[in-house]
Amino acid sequence: MKKAAWMAGCALALSILGAAGAQAETTLRIMWYSDGNEGEVMNDLLRRFEEKNKDVKVVLDQVPFKAINETLPVQLASGQGPDLARITDMGGLAPYLMDVRAHVKDAAYWEQNYGPFLQWMRVPGNTTAIPGYMTQLTVTGPFVNKTLFEQAGVAMPGANATWEDWAKAAKAVADKVQAPFPVAFDRSGHRFFGLAVSQGAQMAETGGELKPVDDGFKRAAKLVVDWHKAGVMSTELWGAVSGTAYRGANEEFKNAQVVFYESGSWQTAQFDKTIGDAFDWIAVPTPCGPANCSGMPGGAALVALKTSSHPAEVGRLLDYLASEEVANEFYARTLFVPGHIGLAKKGIAYKSASPQAASALKVFGDAVGKLDPVAYRIQGDPSSRIVFNAAISRLGQVVVGETTLDDAYQRISADVAQQIAERKKKQ
Amino acid sequence: MTDTMRSHGAPARGPSAAAAAVTTGSANILMRLTDPPMRAVQRLIGAARMPYVFLLPNLVFFGLFVFLPIGINIVFSVTGGTGLFPAERPYVGSEHYARLLDCGSYLEAASCREDLFWRGVGNTLTFTVFQMVAMVLFSLVTALVLNRPIRGRGFFRAVYFFPVLLSPVVVALIWKWILQRDGLLNAVLTTAGGEKILFFVDPGWAMFWSVFVSVWAHMGFYTLILLAGLQAIPRDVYEAAEMDGTRPWRVFHRITLPLLWPNLLVVLVLVLIRSVQVFDEVFVLTGGGPGTATMMVVQYIYTTAFANQVQNFGLAGAASVLLGAVLFVLTLIQLFLTRRRAS
Repeated sequence: MKKAAWMAGCALALSILGAAGAQAETTLRIMWYSDGNEGEVMNDLLRRFEEKNKDVKVVLDQVPFKAINETLPVQLASGQGPDLARITDMGGLAPYLMDVRAHVKDAAYWEQNYGPFLQWMRVPGNTTAIPGYMTQLTVTGPFVNKTLFEQAGVAMPGANATWEDWAKAAKAVADKVQAPFPVAFDRSGHRFFGLAVSQGAQMAETGGELKPVDDGFKRAAKLVVDWHKAGVMSTELWGAVSGTAYRGANEEFKNAQVVFYESGSWQTAQFDKTIGDAFDWIAVPTPCGPANCSGMPGGAALVALKTSSHPAEVGRLLDYLASEEVANEFYARTLFVPGHIGLAKKGIAYKSASPQAASALKVFGDAVGKLDPVAYRIQGDPSSRIVFNAAISRLGQVVVGETTLDDAYQRISADVAQQIAERKKKQ
Repeated sequence: MTDTMRSHGAPARGPSAAAAAVTTGSANILMRLTDPPMRAVQRLIGAARMPYVFLLPNLVFFGLFVFLPIGINIVFSVTGGTGLFPAERPYVGSEHYARLLDCGSYLEAASCREDLFWRGVGNTLTFTVFQMVAMVLFSLVTALVLNRPIRGRGFFRAVYFFPVLLSPVVVALIWKWILQRDGLLNAVLTTAGGEKILFFVDPGWAMFWSVFVSVWAHMGFYTLILLAGLQAIPRDVYEAAEMDGTRPWRVFHRITLPLLWPNLLVVLVLVLIRSVQVFDEVFVLTGGGPGTATMMVVQYIYTTAFANQVQNFGLAGAASVLLGAVLFVLTLIQLFLTRRRAS
């Protein structure tokens, strides 16, 4: 009897040990930044994934956006890094992204729903890789303080209004209500290109050489400089910091100091939460220029990184998060424009959005369909961030009077050429 | 009763004596343990070389964290591309140095190929000159005042030293909050009937506040050095001057200043070196703006290496080597002046 009990105990211990071995956990780390509540929502979704996949534990490392832009590339270049990351510079980081096509259940689903955006994440020449999915599609566009317009008694420009129409109206409002920022643009090359594309900027490559400064670019740059001279834009945003530093005007907009704020769809959730009923704000379609009425697309993608040693688990996680049901919940709760074509067609039910936010999301959703093909191409260009940074750095100098527009054009071209040449140098 | 207690011939009392006994005992055990191997090493290399054995641990750390990075930096400065490991980087020789030094006129940043580097150099020079003058002046005056028998002297010493304990980022954020459009200072100005001043939009104001904040944050440290120097001056020299009826200015000029000179020299050189290296406070306070009016050399290096999409470690490395060369020369000057004074 004693012997039988002893043997049963051994068998039980062995089975427990075996089960523990079979359930050995793989830990995946995600480097993640948040503009609003998306970190919180993602955490919820990950916990549900872990419940269904007991062998995988996912850690969401929340970092500032600056760490994604500056620290992550250095980590990846040194062969270090997390398993996945939420990034915006898809073209720039494309060489470090892992292709999980072999580890997803249905590659056709991915192509069908994320296809156009997957191209942004692929190295030039590759047309098949599945490195990740869009957690958010963004589109640049303006927010307007409707209450200030009403207080000033100035009529708001209508559909198909030009940039000049909006600048004139915003200045009139600001003068009447003593608002310090008639028009504010985020200090970002991406936002500047929202204006530049409508003015006809192409950022074309001729003879293997990228031409960042063309007639459309010059028209946009001149508008920005003239607006600064005329007091339509304040030097506090583009002039107050140097180099490639980003400076948003979201705080100023929330404080009702900005009449017309050129930013983008990703601000909707935070404005909905922070402005509340302090004043009425709306999103309006991107103003028109001589070329079109297009803004710039963009967005953030959750991508697999080559530094991961768990491609199968990464593929499984991405399959789960990119599935229609989970992606739908993510976009709906975060108030993001979907980067999933099927969901974009069906429409997202933003249940938690106020009427103002829902209306803004409708405007941005409609704007996606009006984006010019040039805007998509520029966004997908691996050198786009080089051009954006050079543009914002040099135009920032022009608006404070450090240099002239002509000199800035030469410097932008030289900066871009030098950086591209440096990137091409290989051992 | 322990051996230690017996050796002192009297029983120790209280917990502190027990702790001391434990410490001494541990030290004895450690010495007994290390003695044989150290003797063996001494027999092997000779007594004359033993100091190097004791210096070795520090030298290893110094080599690993100072000399090795300097070497890597130099390698980066003569190689190109975006690779992080030296083996991935093609040799480009002096290309980066030539690019940095390619100027029509060194007095005109716009004529330089790498104009932002020279704007950084110009701004750093301006900052250094103003900061040195202000820092030495205010530290000296403060030290002189705190050296007098005033009421609450200890309190004031602590007050002036307190900002030194703060992180430079915290200092910059506090002042940013005070100086921004809707900050404390503008609130005071408008309450007093004045106009708001956009301090970070005007190049002159931005540089002024960069210097001011830096002086405010570090003055306490230099004041302390000068105060120590003032307290080391023998009182009888002053008493003799007083008996001779020497005027206060003459006392300061002929007694205090010459006897304080060694400390003053240390302060001057430390301020100079720190000014050339300035980055964190100014970067957080002004972001280098307006335009590039407060962009310093170190910010240029940081931006070139990390903030651009193409992280140009080579060009940043070359700029670092040039900056290092300037600091090396400044250190040599300090050594020369200190030794001349001592001799």
